[in-house]
Amino acid sequence: MSSSKTGSDTGSMTVSASADELESLQASVAAALVKHEFGEHALFAIRLAIEEAVMNAIRHGNLSDPSKTVEARWMVSADSAAFHIIDQGEGFDPGAVPDPTLDENLEIPSGRGLMLIRAYMSEVRHHGSGNHLEMIFRREAAA
Amino acid sequence: MASDTSRLRFTVQGSVLVVEFADRDVLDEAAIRQINSELIRQIEAAKTSNVLICFNGVEHLSSAALGTLITVNSLVKKRGGQLRLSNIKSTILEVFRITKLDRLFQISDSADQALAAFPKG
Repeated sequence: MSSSKTGSDTGSMTVSASADELESLQASVAAALVKHEFGEHALFAIRLAIEEAVMNAIRHGNLSDPSKTVEARWMVSADSAAFHIIDQGEGFDPGAVPDPTLDENLEIPSGRGLMLIRAYMSEVRHHGSGNHLEMIFRREAAA
Repeated sequence: MASDTSRLRFTVQGSVLVVEFADRDVLDEAAIRQINSELIRQIEAAKTSNVLICFNGVEHLSSAALGTLITVNSLVKKRGGQLRLSNIKSTILEVFRITKLDRLFQISDSADQALAAFPKG
């Protein structure tokens, strides 16, 4: 992790399907958030969004192929935390993901990750074919 | 996945199988797979069909864990019982509200309240 003159902390990490690597990513991001005095709710929201984004990237992007990895980059400053999660898959159409909150989908066990990311982050964008997720948590938007 | 360490604690209180988590975080996919198979095994082996899952001490929960709860709910209903959840921290309760799963699950503030709400006999 590195600090810039503008007061932001940036970092990057490559994650495979290992739980230890994801935990290490979460710990590095949490350290940057704590340094910039993000509150408990922000830490909860960002931890959940990273978990969901990386797991989606591994499972749906890389199709759980152990030879493929996920790149995570972050930049944390006093007023926001931005993340890029990039997998090596073929991408997807975010508009085609069914709404898990509809009555007919409520008892389907999967498909809630992207919804939680959108609920907890201030901005969510998909780049390229859909295999590059950008998500930003803005402090003023925090509950 | 095999593991010597159980991630859950099981007790029977009256006609209810009570489940508690050993971990603060229910996030990691491999851990959730283990929880899923432990839960299914215990519920299928239980003499009672009612199940209470108590979230005391749980700080984080991912969508994969929600998926396990949905699977367990279907299994319990199939066995003619009820699944109730209790002691869910407010931050995690928000996850249930966002996903509207608070409409699917019967959620009580405390284990005592949940136990009292199960049908008697």
